[in-house]
Amino acid sequence: MTGLCALGLLVALAPLASVLWLVISRGIAGLSLDFWTRLPAPVGESGGGVGNAIAGTLYIVGIASLIGVPLGVGAGVYLAEKGEGPFGDVVRFTAEVLSGVPSIVVGLVAYGLVVLPMRRFSALAGGVALAVLMVPVLARSTEELVRLVPTSLREASLALGVPEWRTSLRVVLRTALGGIVTAILLAVARAAGETAPLLFTALNNQYWNFRADQPTASLTVQIFNYAVSPYEDWHAKAWSAALVLLLVVGALSLMARFLARRRV
Amino acid sequence: MAGTAPPPVARPRANLPDRAFGATLTALGGGVFVVAGVIVLELSKVSGSSVTKMGLWHFITGSEWDPVRDLYGALPFIYGTLVTSGLSLLLAVPASLGLALFLTQMAPARLRSLISFPIGLLAGIPSVVFGLWGLFVLAPILRHDVEPWLSRTLGFLPFFRGPPIGLGYLAAGVILAIMILPTITTIAIEVLETVPGPLREAALALGATRWETIRISVLPHARAGIVGAVILGLGRALGETMAVTMVIGNSPTISASLFAPGYSLPAVIANEFAEAGGMQTSALAALGLILFGVTLLLNVVARILVRMSRKGPSR
Repeated sequence: MTGLCALGLLVALAPLASVLWLVISRGIAGLSLDFWTRLPAPVGESGGGVGNAIAGTLYIVGIASLIGVPLGVGAGVYLAEKGEGPFGDVVRFTAEVLSGVPSIVVGLVAYGLVVLPMRRFSALAGGVALAVLMVPVLARSTEELVRLVPTSLREASLALGVPEWRTSLRVVLRTALGGIVTAILLAVARAAGETAPLLFTALNNQYWNFRADQPTASLTVQIFNYAVSPYEDWHAKAWSAALVLLLVVGALSLMARFLARRRV
Repeated sequence: MAGTAPPPVARPRANLPDRAFGATLTALGGGVFVVAGVIVLELSKVSGSSVTKMGLWHFITGSEWDPVRDLYGALPFIYGTLVTSGLSLLLAVPASLGLALFLTQMAPARLRSLISFPIGLLAGIPSVVFGLWGLFVLAPILRHDVEPWLSRTLGFLPFFRGPPIGLGYLAAGVILAIMILPTITTIAIEVLETVPGPLREAALALGATRWETIRISVLPHARAGIVGAVILGLGRALGETMAVTMVIGNSPTISASLFAPGYSLPAVIANEFAEAGGMQTSALAALGLILFGVTLLLNVVARILVRMSRKGPSR
């Protein structure tokens, strides 16, 4: 029995080790400074990079955070502060269920919501898609974090005559702030790794773009395009871009962990 | 405390800002609803024409997908999605339940936190990276080693016949198994942790072995939650897009052999939607609607099961 469990452990960890090792060993060769800053090179030409895709990912995720963070955190605070009744229960359940909706379906929604009316693929559409993915995750983690704030703190503030809304904002939320920032960073990291909802919302772009109404490149879509292409040198670039993606996502998660540890 | 606003008599003056604050929060909470509503609305808007034109039954049971001739049958994709997800459950459930049982019932606490870190890491790897790995690492292994071996030893079964291609149902199933393993393990651990200590101790005190204790006192208590965890894993497998798109072979056919290339619902949407137009767009969106309906149903059932086994008031 114990042996069987150890076997399960091995089955779980072997692919993880293999993925990490291969992304690093195959990706590191192409990871020059140019790769971080230059535009993609055409097939057959050496050099070139994914600078526009890195910038695009950050740009799209930025738009997503502008929309998703207030909504998600707000909903979470609502659930923790006012969500005791049946309406709160329904909202909570909806958020849980929404977090299981496949990301490609969310891409379709953003397509109908933004791409169709605007008649073009755009960074905004990609941002909306990622925001929809962030809301339920943020709502649930924010609720848990706000609930961790001791009731005595709130009662102390109320007893001093501070009105409820100021107690919520200045005492309760402030105490939970470190944790909430951590949750936001984790949600952002997750969003940066999404591919499927961007395929037909932000689409792709061979050049730099910082206009919300234009198609925009992203690291993940770029990895996909490189990987399924028939060219050897693009495959190598896919591995390097994957390494860049893991570094970006990893940096965000590490930052989140660091903040979480410092605050608590 | 059920009410949102305190009785007006108690605090007449401080009431307005408080009520405004409460209303703002409630609106933000309602925003979650709005998001859910928008999803349903937009999906049915985009998918409307194809389903009404072809008829739901024909759409679902039709096995030909040919945008050039405007023929849209969803069966190959539904079949591929079910086969790959089923396969992934077959592979992932024993491993993740074993892992969860090991970590909650046997392993010392320090080992547990040591191991939960890589499991979280596995969950955090973007699916396109798994796809890349599947395409260039897993598929060649399957083609050269695993599939020839399977057809030599189990070739009498129809599932293990045909040329070893590497890209196909088997590759997709294996990669999905790796991806849903952290999901199932994490939730199963959460559920197993709610089993009361005295329940286990009672069994141990009666002279039950560790395995008997798990069987007679731990598992019955956690059954609903574990089933919920598995269903959540299934939901994730059904909707997983990129990794499957990159390794399933992308061929809208139905084959009994697991070695054969196939197609799945999310994969066909990912590959064709950006360049589709007219009826094809709407047919692809209808596939998305099917996917949404199924995963929604699974998630509702699973969440209820997980909640039931946590017992106590909902948080």
